[in-house]
Amino acid sequence: MEQIIVNGVVLAANYALIALGLTLIFGIMGFLNFAHGQMYMIGGFVVYYVYAIFGLNYFVALVACALTLFVIGVLFERLFFRRVLRIATREENSMLLAVGTALLLENMALTMFGEKQHGVPPIVTGVYRIFGAYLPASRLLVLVISLALIVALLLFVQYTKPGRAMRAVAQDKEVSYLMGVDVARISALGFGIGAALAGLAGGLLITISAINSGIGTAVSIKAFIMIMIGGAGVVAGAILGGVVLGFAEAIGYALFPGSITYLLIFIAMILFLIIRPQGIMGKPWG
Amino acid sequence: MGMAAVDPATRPTLVRMGLTPVRALGLGLLALAYLVAIPLYFAASNYILSVIINATLLSFISLGVWLTFAIGRINISQGAYTLIGGYATAILSTRYGVSFWLCLPLSGLIAAACGALVGAAILRLRGVYFAMITLSLTEAVRLAFLNGGDFTRGAGGIVGIPRPGAISVFGITLVPAFAGADSLSFYYLGAALLILGLLVIWRIHTSRLGWVFRSMRQNEDLAESIGINVAKYRILAYAVCCAFGGMGGAFFAAYLQNIYPSTYSVTDSVYFMLYCFLGGLDFIFGAVAGAFLLVISFELLHDLQQYQALIYGLVMISFILWLPNGILSLSIRRAGRAEDEEVEVPPVGPGAEKEAAE
Repeated sequence: MEQIIVNGVVLAANYALIALGLTLIFGIMGFLNFAHGQMYMIGGFVVYYVYAIFGLNYFVALVACALTLFVIGVLFERLFFRRVLRIATREENSMLLAVGTALLLENMALTMFGEKQHGVPPIVTGVYRIFGAYLPASRLLVLVISLALIVALLLFVQYTKPGRAMRAVAQDKEVSYLMGVDVARISALGFGIGAALAGLAGGLLITISAINSGIGTAVSIKAFIMIMIGGAGVVAGAILGGVVLGFAEAIGYALFPGSITYLLIFIAMILFLIIRPQGIMGKPWG
Repeated sequence: MGMAAVDPATRPTLVRMGLTPVRALGLGLLALAYLVAIPLYFAASNYILSVIINATLLSFISLGVWLTFAIGRINISQGAYTLIGGYATAILSTRYGVSFWLCLPLSGLIAAACGALVGAAILRLRGVYFAMITLSLTEAVRLAFLNGGDFTRGAGGIVGIPRPGAISVFGITLVPAFAGADSLSFYYLGAALLILGLLVIWRIHTSRLGWVFRSMRQNEDLAESIGINVAKYRILAYAVCCAFGGMGGAFFAAYLQNIYPSTYSVTDSVYFMLYCFLGGLDFIFGAVAGAFLLVISFELLHDLQQYQALIYGLVMISFILWLPNGILSLSIRRAGRAEDEEVEVPPVGPGAEKEAAE
């Protein structure tokens, strides 16, 4: 039991990081970042190359990973989404581009990194014992960094000027324009930060479980589940979704064999959404 | 179309439904190439025929998704129903000896029934929520078949599905049994399905039902307020979509003679949706154009070896950036404003058709 709670807490913190990035992009840009899981995968590969292949410090690798994904996010917004959101006749067409970018990233990764699993040697060794549960030091490290990043993001969004501008754009784009917010720049910034969060999550989790080029879709599905449970576009909802999914997974893997856990999670989620279609904290039809 | 001076009521019915003489001629030539020229010319090349069979069936399956786009839903669950249809045919034919010709419609019906059941629950969701839940549904159905025990045989799948047999009436063979290496029979079966599917979609699109669907896409609450039973129609659209998926799955099950839980995954659902997008959501031929373009261009890039996937991805992104409203939106650009007005949705509702006729 204690073990399940400890596992759940570690998963929840990392998953919340993934969901936060997705919900940030959704809130500001108004479309679903289909490439989120692929960004997570690229983040993992950056850490793999910088830390395991080039042999640099792990934290240097994490910074490199955040920067790489930030640049990818900003470029995506600048080169792709800005144009398509402007000339699309139907709202759904932005979804087409989102899916296209996901396939592009995945095909690029397949070409560059191949199909093999990649893992990294442990950053820290040792195991802690808390109330009868084992907590490997590597997982503790992931937990601490994830929590620190979540707190930093919340503070940024709540108290800094760009953070306030992001919330304003998420609330009402036109009025933000009128108030003098540079909406295009804030959108790019939001997309960059969202992408960086996905990459960081990948860079952190690669220390626990190996990744491969095809992992993106599975991660995206998890991210979607979280923001469906919590409510799309709501920061607190993303964290809540991360906690719910993290614990559901920890409990499920302890009780059931293999893939039954996710089957049950899907069924439970569909039943839940019948009762509350907008998630726990979302606004209807956001 | 687009000639505002002509009173709509005086035009022949087919023209009113979008079939102008020029379009009819184009369609005729296309059908001639598709039904006669290609199969005759490439009869010896199983590879080329198989590529076109693939594109045909993927078009057919995507046609269903196109219909759910018509009611304004981003549907990423078609892979699930294709899998359900495929398994229905696999189980019925290998275990109960049911003929393929019965399995095909049955698979469509079973998929439609599942779709109506699930749709009643999830169609209350809209926008990205619907997209996300349907995507999850694809994964859920795959996991369900993976954990189905003896009934679905888990990851091992079902193999040795028989090919379609002969159809005879009073001792006269109408359709001969499909032989082992004969791609032509499958080619014509696929072509028949696609043409039938297009006719069904065209009929729906141009009838009152089509207007109802489009009114729901524009504003579901408004459609409901003028007396359209929105809950009923959206389930209908979704069930028809699922039937397309189920029949496509049945075809592939008999064509490939095997099915596994991993045969259709989230990626396939995403592609079914992409074909519609790439072709153009406002055009009946959108799904077909998108599927043929993507399938054939992927095969053409085959010589690039390990860079095939990368170049394919780049080609796709370029298309999306160039024509985010679909390849067929080129025809609108060319035709200018007159055609643009046609795409706009006129007043809708139960009385709209009557008004148009007056």
